[in-house]
Amino acid sequence: MGHLSWIFVSTVLVNNFTLVMFLGLCSFFGVTGKIETAWRLGLANTFVLLLTAVSAWFLNAYVLKQTPFLRTIAFIVVIASAVQIVEMAVKKYLPVLFRQLGIYLPLITTNCAILGLALFQTSRNYTLVEALVFAVGAGLGLTLALSLMASIRERTELTDPPVVARRMGLVLVIASCLSMAFMGFAGMGSAE
Amino acid sequence: MTAVATAPTKADTPPFEPGAPPPATLIQDIWRGIGKENPVLVQFLGMCPTMAVTNILANGFAMGVATTFVLTGSGLFVSLFRKYVAHEVRITSYILIIATFVTLADLLLAASFPDISKALGPFIPLIVANCLLLGRAEAFAAKVGPVRAVADGLGMGLGFTLSLSALASFREILGRGTLLGHPLFGPRFEPWVFLMMPPGGFFTLGVACLVVAFAIEWRKKHAVRRV
Repeated sequence: MGHLSWIFVSTVLVNNFTLVMFLGLCSFFGVTGKIETAWRLGLANTFVLLLTAVSAWFLNAYVLKQTPFLRTIAFIVVIASAVQIVEMAVKKYLPVLFRQLGIYLPLITTNCAILGLALFQTSRNYTLVEALVFAVGAGLGLTLALSLMASIRERTELTDPPVVARRMGLVLVIASCLSMAFMGFAGMGSAE
Repeated sequence: MTAVATAPTKADTPPFEPGAPPPATLIQDIWRGIGKENPVLVQFLGMCPTMAVTNILANGFAMGVATTFVLTGSGLFVSLFRKYVAHEVRITSYILIIATFVTLADLLLAASFPDISKALGPFIPLIVANCLLLGRAEAFAAKVGPVRAVADGLGMGLGFTLSLSALASFREILGRGTLLGHPLFGPRFEPWVFLMMPPGGFFTLGVACLVVAFAIEWRKKHAVRRV
């Protein structure tokens, strides 16, 4: 149990997917204009991460043992289909949420966090339970990073930065500060 | 008989492609990716590898070369198959073509440079999820002939490699005091460790972005003054 909770804490805080491992930066910079969209996208990502973790584990256990060179292709196809299934299910059963997420739902396919999760889970030889905890941690970490960034950016909209910082410069420096804050957790794993 | 005669002429006229890029020479196609539409510093595409692997010049350069290989190869094949791929399944087909080239790059790198392959780890297979590749396939390669698609892939790849190498050199020189592993300064040099850590990646790209924005503003101001 302690092992599992350590995987969870480590993924949410110490090795935060977005701020420390640089995964899923496109949505981190692209979709963090408003906090409501940000955390909703984070939760949608968490759901896809969970689906991916399960399917990647089954692929690794039963299919890719014989054909390891097909790993990248197999993962990306499975992720694309998982996203498509989620999209159809949301469209049918939760039409309101579907309208709110709009284009960001299909874009989850090209989010490196999803493929990154599958690859890290493979290289660390996680069991199914460990992989599930890893996926929930990664998803919550993403949601946390997206919401933090969105809340800061909502405030900076009212400020008057210099002309050169108006596009991405300011956002990148804010991200650097957030990442630095998360580096404060870096020592946590050394005792284990 | 007339029906037989008219059928080929109808097929000969090229289908109208909305949003097709304007005609340009090959040099312009290559140069666009390095300068005006630089994927890293202007378009901010493919930022995950940009920050994750640029702590050392060797890693950044290797990532750039691998991405160039995938961009050029997938551009060629996306362009060759553009008339046979149905509109509804085009994204899936592009991803499959890209994933094939990424697998090739991954295996080639692991066979020829095992150290770099180990250092880059999962970031080579993660090239599949780089928005730059899908973006170029959808916006450019799927709408032009194979020669232009290859030129564009080469240009974008060169621009990506150059930007990554510049960022990585900055981080390696100041963060470690070395370049390609060779020490540059004397023993009294105190490395700026911050640059080697994840926040340093965001910071370096932020500074680069500010410099580019400053250059653009400066040029604008001087252009107005000249008129």
